Amino acid sequence: MIQQLFFAYFGCAIVILSILVISMKNPIHSVLWMLLLFFHIASLYLFLNAEFMAAMQVIVYAGGILVLFLFAVLLLNIREEMRINRFIGAWPTGFTFAAGLLAVVILSVRSFVAAPPGIYTIDLIKKETNARALGTLLYTDYLYPFEVASLILLVAIVGAIVLAKRRAKG
Amino acid sequence: MILSIVVFTIGVFGFLSRRNIIIMFMSIELMLNAVNINLISFSHYIQDLRGQILAFFVIAVAASEAAIGLAIVIALFRNKATAHVDEIHEMKG
Repeated sequence: MIQQLFFAYFGCAIVILSILVISMKNPIHSVLWMLLLFFHIASLYLFLNAEFMAAMQVIVYAGGILVLFLFAVLLLNIREEMRINRFIGAWPTGFTFAAGLLAVVILSVRSFVAAPPGIYTIDLIKKETNARALGTLLYTDYLYPFEVASLILLVAIVGAIVLAKRRAKG
Repeated sequence: MILSIVVFTIGVFGFLSRRNIIIMFMSIELMLNAVNINLISFSHYIQDLRGQILAFFVIAVAASEAAIGLAIVIALFRNKATAHVDEIHEMKG
């Protein structure tokens, strides 16, 4: 009962917050709503026995990505942004497309079959702690994708610096 | 799962309809977050950690995508002084 109540609250809050994020006139308000949204998603992860991912969500998204967004928003002319229409002219097309996608995916969910349960039961994870089980798996079975991810991050750092750097004079 | 679909759809709508390019990037993050919710809830329900590993990589890729995207926005802003997608039409024939 209390679980369902908890999930209902977080589900409603996440949906409402994401609508707020895309419909705010002021981009700074949008970013701040998004911060609240990320914290709600992190609590949902806690609820799903994924402590490590919840911590990652808060650190990487709320700490890193949102600061980047806030920094970029400061480039905008907020006053002009408040005045003009915030949606492009063709927004009904976007809305129709999104609603159609929602309908198709929800209809297709019915034919969903759950996979057979794996070996990582809740008791095992509780015994071994979430971060430890995740780390063991990450550094053994998924070592190669892990290295690829580190390479992607390196390329992103270099690329961002190259793109955002001012051209040297002369 | 329905929750994840709804958030994803809101992200799609925001991406297709907002004028401001930074809000469009935030919509992309919204979609990636929806996928992460789905992955982690399935990794809980079928008791397998692979979903969490995949969500971990999604977060890594989302971070790099945000960095690159915002760098592109800054470069664009320096050249064009606008962040509105409908004012960027240099490629139009």
